[in-house]
Amino acid sequence: MRLIHCVLGFVLLLCAALPASALDAETIAPLGSNDLMTRIEAIDAIARAGDEQALTLLQALQDGEVYVTGDGQVVIYRDEALDPITLAPLDPQPDDVDSVILNNRMRGKLSTAIGALRLLSPDAAVRRASARAIEGSEDVSLLPILDKALERETEADIRRSLSHTRAILELKSEDPARRLAAVEVLADSSQRRVHELVSRLLLKLPSGEFAEPDAEVRAAATDAVKSIERRLLLLDYFARFFSGLSLGSILLLVALGLAITYGLLGVINLAHGEMLMIGAYATYVTQEVFKTHFPGAFDWYVLAAIPVAFVTAALVGMALERTVIRWLYGRPLETLLATWGISLFLIQLTRQIFGAQNVEVANPSWMSGGVEVLNVVLPYNRIAIIAFSFFVLLLMWLMLARTRLGLFIRSVTQNRTMASCVGVPTSRVDLMAFGLGSGIAGLAGVALSQIGNVGPDLGQAYIIDSFMVVVLGGVGQLAGTVYAALGLGVLSKFIEPHIGAVLTKILILVIIIAVIQKRPQGLFALKGRAVEA
Amino acid sequence: MKSEPLSLNYRPVEQPFFTKTGWTVVAVLALVALVIVPILYVAVPQEHPLHLSAYTVTLVGKILCYCIVACAMNLIWGYTGILSLGHGLFFALGGYAFGMYLMRQIGRDGQYQSDLPDFMVFLDWKEYPWHWAGTDSFLWALMLVVLVPGLLAFVFGFFAFRSRIKGVYFSIITQALTFAFMLLFFRNETGFGGNNGFTDFKRILGFDVTSPGMRATLFALSAAALLGAVVMTRYLERSKTGRVLRAIRDSESRLMFSGYNPLWYKLFIWTLSAVMCGIAGALYVPQVGIINPSEMSPANSIEIAVWVAVGGRGTLIGPLLGASTVNGAKSFFTQSFPEYWLFFLGLLFILVTLFMPKGIVGLVNRIMKRDQ
Repeated sequence: MRLIHCVLGFVLLLCAALPASALDAETIAPLGSNDLMTRIEAIDAIARAGDEQALTLLQALQDGEVYVTGDGQVVIYRDEALDPITLAPLDPQPDDVDSVILNNRMRGKLSTAIGALRLLSPDAAVRRASARAIEGSEDVSLLPILDKALERETEADIRRSLSHTRAILELKSEDPARRLAAVEVLADSSQRRVHELVSRLLLKLPSGEFAEPDAEVRAAATDAVKSIERRLLLLDYFARFFSGLSLGSILLLVALGLAITYGLLGVINLAHGEMLMIGAYATYVTQEVFKTHFPGAFDWYVLAAIPVAFVTAALVGMALERTVIRWLYGRPLETLLATWGISLFLIQLTRQIFGAQNVEVANPSWMSGGVEVLNVVLPYNRIAIIAFSFFVLLLMWLMLARTRLGLFIRSVTQNRTMASCVGVPTSRVDLMAFGLGSGIAGLAGVALSQIGNVGPDLGQAYIIDSFMVVVLGGVGQLAGTVYAALGLGVLSKFIEPHIGAVLTKILILVIIIAVIQKRPQGLFALKGRAVEA
Repeated sequence: MKSEPLSLNYRPVEQPFFTKTGWTVVAVLALVALVIVPILYVAVPQEHPLHLSAYTVTLVGKILCYCIVACAMNLIWGYTGILSLGHGLFFALGGYAFGMYLMRQIGRDGQYQSDLPDFMVFLDWKEYPWHWAGTDSFLWALMLVVLVPGLLAFVFGFFAFRSRIKGVYFSIITQALTFAFMLLFFRNETGFGGNNGFTDFKRILGFDVTSPGMRATLFALSAAALLGAVVMTRYLERSKTGRVLRAIRDSESRLMFSGYNPLWYKLFIWTLSAVMCGIAGALYVPQVGIINPSEMSPANSIEIAVWVAVGGRGTLIGPLLGASTVNGAKSFFTQSFPEYWLFFLGLLFILVTLFMPKGIVGLVNRIMKRDQ
């Protein structure tokens, strides 16, 4: 019953409000009345004015800023008494003021009136926000305002949002024709909630009848559900693709360095994960330095961390190459074990220095939050990492294709003996390449520090997956790593919703084993004639 | 690699199975492990200085199981040159297979006094999942101990060796395999107790697991299995198969050009090695009293490799020496200096590969040669 009252009240309100009249003192005065009904009517009247001042006044009323002077004049009181329309300070200031008392009924009325006024605001941003706020509401009393707002609305996206909100309310209408129209409007929605609401029409009630008595509406609803489902699926694919791309770009960053060292030296560096960890901790240290010394530039510490992490990880990597790994060339399995030892050592060392707990690395403000595309929120830090990994990839490609060191690395990868014969300093190339691979792992560490926990075990989480990338992609060509990383990332995000993360990992392993049945050296192996490539 | 002169009538020099001293050592060890230790533990009264505590027997029994695993690893890595970083998986699978039987034997003595194991009651399961079928039979459990690791190794090995995955590729893929299984077993839905795995065992064949008699039996069984593994390794070492396996290690392409197909040899030794690990796992679980998915972590598997490396790859007793020293050191460190254990282990990995490529056995050999 109250609902119907409300609706009726609003219809009346809006009929009266159509020729919007500017707010004047006369309309406001009843707000100071002692009678509750008079005050409620005053709110209606003010809302009917439908202009900026009315909205300000109603908001002030909601915030408890509206007072009545002794002689019945309504004022807004903010540190001093202001004129409710012009907001100019009153001169002379009233001596004593009394607050306008609100009860629940008035509060309800107020918030609806404010919402409605916002929908009519001349500022498109305010209208958009308001339309957003009431999206999916089931409050039938909104209908008349929606009608009015729709009539005036010129922005296409707000119109769409409003008409959907309206259609959802119309689904409850008694008139089959209106329900039919509503269902047709909703067919182009892409929201899960709408899908649920429309498919509810097709349910059978316990009594055996359909929730929706009209067959024509039901048919339309069936079509609508189908079209919404199709759109939802596309959106879902989009979301999965994005998270797959994000995972893939991380795998790419991690695997790039691994692929270089493996391609060049034929050794797999199990301490590669710890180079990630070093990069992440370098980020942490940079952050702490910025916190204490340059708090003003704190937002940009990540940019400073990039070279710091690269150099730290590269130096550690080069030190390891000189002290351990170079003595084991030609014995790849032993290298595997020795690098595992290095990895244990580095993990324990980090625990001793920084403690076993995770350290806190904050996102700079420009990386927090996200942008909404097609109902899917894309976090800025993920976007930044995707961009960053492609940037690193580009640098790497330029380095390999355009510089002397790159030329050397490629030649040693293809044929070490021949390269050495024509004067390539292979030992120095090994050192530089190992430093480069480790440095890139350090960069990956910077990226990882922005999306996950930074702790001594950080490297272990991604390392096996990135090995899989190298195994699948083959070595010697960047393209192999890129396709394998992005492919595995996207593929696992597409499989995950169906069978869960763990089974996905197992399935991916099976897929990799199946692929290397056909291509034992990975998808993009260098072609050669050696029996043992 | 020094090559033998090529001759059509070439026959390898027959070596004795064990030298006289060798047989004596084996016999003495068998006597000690199968008779003396059980007697000292069960029959000698506790106050007596010669009495062995339950702690010692369990610790040594545990290390014996590790030695079996090291033997298995030696077969595949030391003799055949294939480094597996997933042997912990087969060990754990054997443990889980026997663990299912142990869980069944708890009967209604669990906390919930239900026919189902506690973790299933906790998950609100009403009956055993399909893969638990028949596990209340001791014999079927024993068969599972052999079949599960064996079949998995066979299928995985077939596809891996067929496409000639070798070297670090193979190592990395086995590591991924054990990692994937660890994640799988961590899940409650898999039906193996999730995080906590199996524990709180009560009986084997109706006998109390913690009774001295049962402990002594398990100890003796582990020792017997280890002796069996050593004798079998020696047998393989001398056989033609063993020589082919070493040829795979030293020059696989040359072996192929001589008309051998390495696939079946590799597959045989790989599966055998996995089955040995499974048996070791099955003996390990009742002695330690717990099995959980962390046994499958890549770190555990890689540690097995270091036992063998420390002792000496491709030697008969090297793996046993390695497994005992490393695990002895682990017991010592984790009790006295827990934070330095990883440093020690890490350095061990590095130093052994850099300076002791043939392990303890190689070191001893070198010193003895110098003395001569």
